[in-house]
Amino acid sequence: MNLSRKWLNEFVTVTASDKDFAEAMTLSGSKVEITMDLGAEIENVVVGNVLSMKRHENSDHMWVCQVDVAEGEPIQIVTGAQNVKEGDLVPVAKHKSTLPGGKKIEKGKLRGEVSYGMLCSFKELGLDQRDFPAAYEDGIWILSDDPELNVEIGQDIREAVGLDDHVVEFEITPNRPDCLSVIGLAREAAATYGAELRLHEPVVNGGAEGNLIELLDIETPAEDLVPRYTARMVRNVKIAPSPKWMRERLRAMGVRPINNIVDITNYVMLEYGQPMHAFDYRYVQGGKIIVRRAEEGEELTTLDGNLRKLTADHLVIADDTRAVGLAGIMGGLNSEIVEDTTDVVFESACFDGTCIRKGALALGMRTEASAKFEKGLDPMNTLPAVQRACELVELLGAGEVVDGIIDILNYVPHPTVLTLEPEKINALLGTDVSADEMVRILRSVDFKVDGDQVTVPSYRADVLRMADLAEEVARFYGYNNIPVTLMRGQTTLGGYSPEQQLERRLGELCRAFGHDEIITYSFISPTYYDKIRWPQDDERRKSFKILNPLGEDTSIMRTTVLPSMLEILTRNFNYRNKNTKLYEVGRIYIPNREDGLATESKMLSIGAYGSDMDFFALKGIIEAIAGDIRAEDLRFETCSNNPSYHPGRCATVWSGDICLGVFGQIHPLVVKNYDIDTELYCAELSFDALMAAKGAEAEYVPLPRFPGVHRDLAVVCASEVTVYQLSQCIKAAGGNLLKAVDFFDVYTGAPIEAGKKSVAFSLEFRSDEQNLTDKDIEPAMEKILAQLGEKLDAHLR
Amino acid sequence: MKTKLEEIKRASLEAIANSADAAELEALRIKYLGKKGELTAVLKQMGSLSPEERPIMGQLANEVRAAVEAAIEETSAKLAEVALEKQLLAETVDVTIPGKEVKVGHKHPMYIALDEIKDIFIGMGFTVLDGPEVEFAELNFDRLNAEEGHPSRDWSDTFYFDEDSRVMLRSQTSPMQVRAMDSMELPIRIVAPGRVYRKDEVDATHSPMFHQVEGMVIDKGVTMADLKGTLNTVVEQLYGAGTQTRFRPHHFPFTEPSCEMDVQCHKCGGVGCPTCKGEGWIELLGAGMIHPRVLEMAGIDPNVYSGWAFGLGLERTAMRRFKIADLRLIFENDVRFLEQF
Repeated sequence: MNLSRKWLNEFVTVTASDKDFAEAMTLSGSKVEITMDLGAEIENVVVGNVLSMKRHENSDHMWVCQVDVAEGEPIQIVTGAQNVKEGDLVPVAKHKSTLPGGKKIEKGKLRGEVSYGMLCSFKELGLDQRDFPAAYEDGIWILSDDPELNVEIGQDIREAVGLDDHVVEFEITPNRPDCLSVIGLAREAAATYGAELRLHEPVVNGGAEGNLIELLDIETPAEDLVPRYTARMVRNVKIAPSPKWMRERLRAMGVRPINNIVDITNYVMLEYGQPMHAFDYRYVQGGKIIVRRAEEGEELTTLDGNLRKLTADHLVIADDTRAVGLAGIMGGLNSEIVEDTTDVVFESACFDGTCIRKGALALGMRTEASAKFEKGLDPMNTLPAVQRACELVELLGAGEVVDGIIDILNYVPHPTVLTLEPEKINALLGTDVSADEMVRILRSVDFKVDGDQVTVPSYRADVLRMADLAEEVARFYGYNNIPVTLMRGQTTLGGYSPEQQLERRLGELCRAFGHDEIITYSFISPTYYDKIRWPQDDERRKSFKILNPLGEDTSIMRTTVLPSMLEILTRNFNYRNKNTKLYEVGRIYIPNREDGLATESKMLSIGAYGSDMDFFALKGIIEAIAGDIRAEDLRFETCSNNPSYHPGRCATVWSGDICLGVFGQIHPLVVKNYDIDTELYCAELSFDALMAAKGAEAEYVPLPRFPGVHRDLAVVCASEVTVYQLSQCIKAAGGNLLKAVDFFDVYTGAPIEAGKKSVAFSLEFRSDEQNLTDKDIEPAMEKILAQLGEKLDAHLR
Repeated sequence: MKTKLEEIKRASLEAIANSADAAELEALRIKYLGKKGELTAVLKQMGSLSPEERPIMGQLANEVRAAVEAAIEETSAKLAEVALEKQLLAETVDVTIPGKEVKVGHKHPMYIALDEIKDIFIGMGFTVLDGPEVEFAELNFDRLNAEEGHPSRDWSDTFYFDEDSRVMLRSQTSPMQVRAMDSMELPIRIVAPGRVYRKDEVDATHSPMFHQVEGMVIDKGVTMADLKGTLNTVVEQLYGAGTQTRFRPHHFPFTEPSCEMDVQCHKCGGVGCPTCKGEGWIELLGAGMIHPRVLEMAGIDPNVYSGWAFGLGLERTAMRRFKIADLRLIFENDVRFLEQF
């Protein structure tokens, strides 16, 4: 919402600078976005009087002018314009002046003649024909030709032509549609500064031929959507430009002047916040206006020339035969005010906000009017607004107002009356504001206070209870005058839950292993499931589908974190980042709940590529994480059937019966789907499983009292036998004294025969009672070898 | 004999003192003290001495031996020291050669900001809550006083999963207020960070997915002054003691009175500069006293209990803190970006 400070000053005198005004209004609840000085770009441009003109000696089209700018001696200016004559008053950009767009004017020579500046057109001053309809478009602006301009020689041009206004742009919150008007903001400014608010009651003389009651019949069958509909009529309209003062104000507020009738409707909308519509009476067939729901498929061409297809959700203004306007959004082309319009009906109505909002949204045409209606306007405002419009018609001599007002009320006004409870307000705010002060504040914003009964103004539909009154009090008492206290009362025990602690720990670990944290979108494209080679009938493809997504890429909620990680790895690879290691604790969204929400499970997603990454590097990280959280009974199983991973380099990781997740090298065909050429490694670990596998807190175990005895053992077995099988067999056969079985080498190739491999372990034997000798260990070693031979056909190398 | 002993002593001590290295010293030890050494040779002649002379010469011989041994030991230590010095000198490294790389991963800048905020609130007795992102419109809107017809409920603003607009991606972390009220015992002090979703196209300041932190306190006698006090404390911990704040009236459907909190611009100290768009203040968060209707809908009597709540945009907080100019960097996850923090 833009506000002209000149216009504001008609209602309340505020002399503060723009900066101070902005701060004061912001702190009382009307947030100021920016302030603008309309003439800020124009400097050193004045009104000049062309005293004499003579032809330039070296040019057949230029003139050398002597111009009086009220500085004693006239200044010489050379112009190429042909519409200037002696005695004209014109805008003069003097030496060292600036014009809109940052254009700088300095003295110079034009074909040998010195020119101390430039004569200007209105375009060069940032104006257009709409602002000054009487001005000649293609030449110097002859100010003295415009009877509306009353300028003085030497006067600053900004003041002379009305570019001296300042505009303040407000961000108005949706609960305050009343502030979308000059009067509404004037009321706030008056309360903010404790200044007098000068409101004006419109006076209409009327007296044109006939009476509206006989000329027009209005029905509102959609009465639930039309709380109030008020209309007046003007005859013998003379369409013309509106006067300068009105054009100036409209322009300051960012509205283009059109003609007197249209400008009046815009002026009233800005001043009262009440959208107005004017339509040509001759096109209202049957002298009847019907405000009804549109027929399904009904068509109407709106003022902007677009043919609109309507639904039963739209509200239209219609005559006996057809729609003539889209209520609250835009008028119809078929009843537009045109040059030869003579009889005009002013509509000042209140429509249902939601209906207007949805109607505008469905057609993709949010207008100035609909933006106001959708917030829910005060039905009490329609009558003063239409009166003001008629008053302006008479003031401008734009037509003759017909007696009679049609005013249909489909609602019963019921003002909100609240009990003022100062102690409760103080208890909520933590303040000590006196009851008298509260009454003073409430009265300053137009609340009626009688004893402890507070009557809320009709335009303040947002004030319904004590807390709302408290806000009014707080706004003008000053939010920054409310004391600052610390929380009291019962103390609460805060802290992180075990889950939150684990999540933090996992992050710490991943970073310790050199992985950077990433954040990826929760929504993906369904085609990502194809990229990671999930079969078409894979159950996991069942995802939450957004019905109104921004695009296909963000249309479903992921049921896997893998594609998100692959996308980021790919991006980094394409950026030529080397040895990239990443992690994320991210959610997946499984549609398996009865209540319609998702099971949102967290996943620890790890991904990497680079020269220092391979299957066992990644496995080392998994083992370290499992070790850190003290997950017991850790084991790894070959996973050759996960379509996203290399069938020979993928494993599931288990802690007892709990599957912690899957990891390995990404399938080369998946990598190919991402259009890169490198080995990618990923792990997907379930946070819930990690939480479940998390071991108990550590308990001290006495340190060994006797040294251990180490034995290396190399056996030859079939290639298919796993290291895990061998070590399990060794552990089972090793007896009590065997404390550790550590794998250290696997070897294939000569002299080991084909199809076999040699696997080497380091065994540690130790007793807590005594030093062990070779003799103590012999039986265990024999048993181990026997069992290896018997169970796995593995023999000492 | 005495003369001989003294000669040995003098000559050996001189030779030892002049020896250049361990090998020469060892040769000298053998020469004087060895089985065939000079001192041994002299001692072998002890038999030829008179009984009276024997103890005197013996004592003298032992003294010479002790002196030679001590001299060898001393010189040996000295030589070892010299040798070590020489060795260490030879081992000198170029300390300007870079160390062996130890790669430590980096926390995402947004989570650096978030963890700091969480820690501050934990310290004040708050509990951190997690909640669903796929959420009921009832909790995201109705229970927060944004009823049917509220613009934020439009399909142009919010992502929905069903035609009835019943299940949606939460557009704010505020439904966590409702979930906390429904599930927790009073008094309540919570913060609830998390992802939220709005239908905004990606650009330098918008993303369809972003993060908020919600905070809420409900107790008997909670006031707007408490809200100010608590949030001021948080800001001082985040931005340093003495950081100035200001509170402005604002509007949210689920708080009344509502406010926005600004922090004095760190760049210009409140004078006005491009960073704060000339205002001297930078908007940090929205807050307010919990709307009585919201309490009522949760079955909490607003005549007995009151509360305050705030919501803070995390991306903006992190971007300001680390001077990140473009929101897209946050979700691009380029390691050259991540490893700066």
